This record gives sequence, C-alpha cells and structure tokens, in this order.
Amino acid sequence: MSLTEDYRRREESITLSAEPAGEGETHELLSLNIGPHHPATHGVLRLITTLEGEVVRDIKPIIGYVHTGIEKTAEDKSYWKVIPVIERMDYVSYYFNALAYCGAVETLLGIEVPPRAQYLRVLHLELNRIMSHLVWFGTSMLDIGALSVFFYCFRERERVLDLFEFSSGQRMHTRYFQVGGVMEDIPRGFAEKVRQFCKEMPTRADQYADLLEKNQIVIERLRDTGVVDQQTLLDLGVTGPLLRAAGNPWDLRKAHPYSSYDHFDFKVPVGTVGDNYDRYRVRHAEIYESVKIVEQALDGLPEGPFVTPDRKVALPPRHELATSMEALIHHFKLVTEGFRVPPGEAYYPIESPRGELGCFVRADGSAKPARVHMRDPSFSNLQALAPMARDGYIADLIASLAMLDPILGGIDR
Amino acid sequence: MPDATGLELYAQELSEAVRDSILGTDFHRGRATLNTEPAKTHAVLQQLRGKGYTFLASLHGVDYYPEEPRLGVLYELLDMQTVDRITVKARVHTDDPKIPTVVDMWPGANHPEREVFDMFGVVFDGHPDLRRILMPEDYEGHPQRRDFPIGGEPVLFTFNEEQNYGKWQ
Amino acid sequence: MEIERQPLSDFRVRQLQARDMLRGDLSDEELERYVEERVLLTTVDKAVAWGRGNSIYPLTFGLACCAIEMMTIVAPRADIARFGFEVLRATPRQADLIILSGRVSIKMAPVIRRLYDQMLEPKWAISMGACCSSMGVFNNYALVPSDKFMPIDVHVPGCPPRPEALLHGILRLRDKIQGHRREGWRERYDAIGTEEIIGDTASA
Repeated sequence: MSLTEDYRRREESITLSAEPAGEGETHELLSLNIGPHHPATHGVLRLITTLEGEVVRDIKPIIGYVHTGIEKTAEDKSYWKVIPVIERMDYVSYYFNALAYCGAVETLLGIEVPPRAQYLRVLHLELNRIMSHLVWFGTSMLDIGALSVFFYCFRERERVLDLFEFSSGQRMHTRYFQVGGVMEDIPRGFAEKVRQFCKEMPTRADQYADLLEKNQIVIERLRDTGVVDQQTLLDLGVTGPLLRAAGNPWDLRKAHPYSSYDHFDFKVPVGTVGDNYDRYRVRHAEIYESVKIVEQALDGLPEGPFVTPDRKVALPPRHELATSMEALIHHFKLVTEGFRVPPGEAYYPIESPRGELGCFVRADGSAKPARVHMRDPSFSNLQALAPMARDGYIADLIASLAMLDPILGGIDR
Repeated sequence: MPDATGLELYAQELSEAVRDSILGTDFHRGRATLNTEPAKTHAVLQQLRGKGYTFLASLHGVDYYPEEPRLGVLYELLDMQTVDRITVKARVHTDDPKIPTVVDMWPGANHPEREVFDMFGVVFDGHPDLRRILMPEDYEGHPQRRDFPIGGEPVLFTFNEEQNYGKWQ
Repeated sequence: MEIERQPLSDFRVRQLQARDMLRGDLSDEELERYVEERVLLTTVDKAVAWGRGNSIYPLTFGLACCAIEMMTIVAPRADIARFGFEVLRATPRQADLIILSGRVSIKMAPVIRRLYDQMLEPKWAISMGACCSSMGVFNNYALVPSDKFMPIDVHVPGCPPRPEALLHGILRLRDKIQGHRREGWRERYDAIGTEEIIGDTASA
C-alpha cells in the first residue's frame, strides 16, 4: 500500500535531532497551542509548541493566567496581615511561603525565634513537603496515565490535612506561622497522631513504588526522557529536586541551615542521569527523609515559648490581657496598626519542595512593607522546560512537564 | 555572606576592574549590597561571576517611590562553593529606565527581566524578547509601581448591590 | 399436628403477590391496586430534570488553590462519585458543569468565557471560593469577579471551601436543576423588606 509506505518513509526521515532532513524534503513546522485549559492538571499554563510531525522543536510558555497581584496587595496591608495573602502564592506548599516571609521580617527586626517554635516550624514544613510531593505524585501520574496512584496519594494527603487541621484549625492556608514563632502551641494528642502517621507513611510510599516501579509503561515514558545536564540547569537558575536529579547535591537545608535544620539528621537524595525517572525517584525518596525529620522533631521538641517573648511584635497570650495593662496596650497596637519595622531590605531563601523559595522584603519604617517579592522556584524551573522537551515527542513533553512540578500560583503570583 | 570588610574589599576590586561602577555599599543585618551604576552592571556582574558567584538566585525590581532614582533592579548572586550571597543593586530613573541585560551570562534571567519590565517598566537592552509576561499584552501601565492604584472592585452590600459592577444579566 | 404459622413478612407478601401477578392469578381490584403501588406519574420535564441533575459531567477546570480542594472531592474521602458525578470531562463540549475553582485574572477571563460558550446547553456554572465569587482576599487590579462576565448558578464561599462545602454547593445545584429550588434565607424566614439602608428615607 503506497499510502502507508509513504508515511513510514516520512516517519523515518524525522530523526530526533535538529539537522535538516536531506533529499529536498521540507520541514513542515506546525505551531500547536497547548492552551491554558488542558487535561494536564498543572494549572493554567499555555505552551506554544512548534512541532515537526510528532517531534517538538521549540516551546514557548505563556504565563500570567493566574496573576493575582499578590505582591501589590501585600504592600497595602500591615506586616501581620500580609501572611495570609502571601501564603496563597504557591498554593500547595503554603507553610513555605509563610516561612520565607516571616524569616525575612524577622531578619529585618532582628528578633530571635525560640527553639520550640523552630522545631514546630520544621515539623509543619516537613509535613507540608510530604503533602506537596503527594499532590505532585498523584497529579503527575494522572498525566502519565496511571489513574489509581492519584486516589492513593490523595488518601494520604487527607491524613496530612487532618494533622494540619488538628494543629491550626484549617486544612489549607493555615496562617500558622507568625512573625516570631508560631500562632499557637500544638494541642494534646497531636504528637501521637503524628507518630502514627509517621509509622504508616513509609509503608504507603512503598506501596506507590510497588505500583509504579516495575511497570513497563512508566519506565519507558520516564527513563531517558527530558535529560538536561547540570550546567544548563545552573545557568537557568533551577534549584530543588530538578537540580538534585541532575547530580548536584544542592539543598539549602544542608548548605545554609535555617530554623535549626542542622539539628536533624537526614540525607539528601541525588540522581545520576538527570532524566525524568531520576526526578521521580528523588522526590519519592524525599518523602522518606521528611518522615525521618518529622520523627526527630517530635522526639527532640524542646520546652519553652512558642513565639518570641517580644510583645512589640507578637501578640500577648490571652490570659495576660485580663491582668496586665501593658499587654492590653500591646495587643491593641498590634491589632490595629501593627508593628513597625526599621528601614532595610532582607532576602530570606529557604528550600521549598520545588527549589529555592526566597522572600525579599523592603521596609521603610512604617507598619506596611514597602515591597514584598517572592522568588518563586517554579518561575525559574519553567525555563528548563524548553531544553527538556526539545527534540522529544509530545508525550515526552507531557511527562517532562509533569516531572517538572510547576505550580502556576507561584509562577504567576 | 561576605562580612563588612569583605564587602569593602570587593567594592575596591570592582572599582578598579570596572571604572566608575560602584556607587556605594550597604551592609545591613548580614546582607551585603553593592550599589552600581546602571550602565556598568553587566561588567560588574561578569567580574563577580569570575570571583565565584556563579548562580543568579533572583532578579527583581523595587520601586523606591519618593526617593530618586526611583526604579531599582536587584540581582541576588549566590556562590555555591562557599555558600555566600551578595546583592547588586542598580537604580534608574523613570524617564530613562535602561539597563543592559544579563541573559547572555545567565539564560535563566529571561523571565525575571520580562517580569521587571512588565511590572516596573525597566527596559533591558539586548533582551531577545522583551514583552509583558504576567499582564495581558496590551495592558497599559506598570502595575507594581507605587503610584499605580491598587484597583479592585467595591464590596457589594445590600445598599449598593444594584448599581455595582454590572452583574451579568 | 398443628403447625404454628408465623405471620408472613412484608417481603414474603410482596413476593407472593408478584408471583400471582406473573401467573395472571390476581383479581381485577387486586391487579389495579398492584399497578397503582408501582407506577409513578410525572411530567416529562420533571423526569428529564431528575435525570440531568443526577448525572452532571463536571469540566476539569482548576485555576488555583481551590483546584486542589476540587481534586479532593474526586479523591476517596469526600467522594463525588457517590452522587454520580465522577465523569469529569476535559473537553467543554462534553461537560455540563464548569466549576470555576480559583482566582480569575484579567488574562484568563476571556478564555473562561470562551470555554463557557463552547459548552452545550443546558449548562451550569459554580463559582467556588471567595476569589471568583467576590474578589476574595485579593481586591486588586489583577482579578475579575466571575459574575462580571458569565452567569453563575451557585456561589460557594470559603478560602478554600472544604470539600464538604463544595459538595453542599453541588448538591444545591442539583436541587436547583431538579426543580426544588431551595429558598434563600430571606424567603425562608420571611424577612423580605426588613433591610435597613442607612440614609434611605423610603424604608419603613
């Protein structure tokens, strides 16, 4: 049949390289719009892909479809009130956003966070890291086609959200971190529930690995696709699991420990090849490490105040309001105007599940910040999509996008 | 972070290497900032890159509204070998907001520079594709400047629910 | 020997009746009563509305944080499949319900409008979360309340609304489709006309 013969011959002529095809064949480049609304559940990202047959030659991402003006809104509110606004930026890892901002403000104020608050922060951060990796796992496997993993991961996620609801009252966007510490101490029974969760989580993570690791389709889709070398990633400003999968063991928790991460003993998983399979393995291994950190945080939780005793910055405890006049005045001042921060600029970087999340705060002496900028990891990681997807098939593009873990709320802010 | 003396040493070396570039230094709460002349930022960053600060962690803009020059562009550099951070700040006026681009040294500066252009109006000379990235392409105005109004819709209560924002009929 | 018979259970009674009907052994009134007990008369509209309400196909449309909570209603704990809505379609041409979950920015509003236009009648829209119903946490230049560009049937408040709250919103929409329109609180408590508008001399 000449039709199929022709087609097969044309297929052979499209090699996975950028060299021009010989013998007078022309490149037929098709611009395809993978529009803001698409079945891949990664938010509203628009990709204009230039295709040659089924091979992707170039990608241009267009973002801005969830731009919320968070940074501008933050300039309008007092420092305390910015925390709920800034939490909604990277909407899966909300504790990290809050910590980056609180850390920056604490640097500007020059106050010390008490050790109990630091341990509680680490506990919640690592639980949030587990939760973020579970969401990533569920949705990325949904993109690749393994539907049942989605249900398993979200079942675990409900357990983590129950723990968050136990400690702070809200499932998402809990406003638990405050400038100077945390909002409230953990209730009775929280430690047991967390220990139970930590006992079961590694078995569950093993179950996910069992579902996927020996599956031929998953391995073929993920192995050796989307390979980018380390130097390209460093030039693009990529950090986090993507960089670790490419072989560079850069983790801010180890390199520049903040909030007493140096008290904990954990390993940083590093990949070798830098393909999608390595990215999946790195994030999967990070779940186990986070469980270890949570257990250590619970075992070593020190006694003490959960928020800085400086009443000019943190709200006094409620029982003091009935007895002390000063506490009442401080409470009033903090709730109406808020605390003033001496002029200066601070940049506080932390390690979020996607990479280096930094918060830049400029204070001009008043009760409202003059500029809040979040350096979002996904914003820089998205630029790595072009080298990852070049010269691969569309299916590899979807797999690379899934393994990149972009969160559009962080990208668009 | 380089401490205060280390920062002064850097400033000295950089003014010798690139003339008239360093306008001042700042060291506040452990954070080292070098204020540079806008036209010379590319050269300064190249020198710093040679000294080991090979990772551009963040490129963002700030509007120092009542103080002139108004628009600042900040480059946060990171040295991964010694875990050192340094900031380079360049300030431009609104009537001539031009700065050379660093996309040739760090391709990852592409999107952040477009964002600074979109939000503040700073034009990066030599940028391959300087268009708006977060706002729609035909938007007028630079939203994150301090004199841009915050906007928004009025909150609907019973007394104003009929004449407000035209609920879809 | 007298065997004591237990009175026949309800199920057994119905079973014997059914057996007699199938054999044609029921007398005329018995047959009429049998049929009346088992036939439902309604209008076509109501039947169709009942069917539509129980098989809504939501569109997979997530924008921001509320999208994560919307994914949890597909997930096991708060399960939307028990109501029959687990068929989430990715293409607007096959979906009837668009759940706007998350903040609608000005760049996205025309896209959503186009998606809504591509859906076939009858179609419904739920505005989930505070950001699209009103402006939510972010009352600024970049957001558009969804009421401004498309008709919305149900608004679900919350930031983000719990999955149970979203389910409640979807069930209210189902009631609306099926015709038992649950009244707003003003009608339920007979409180129309009791608003006090400051500065308005016409109110009582």
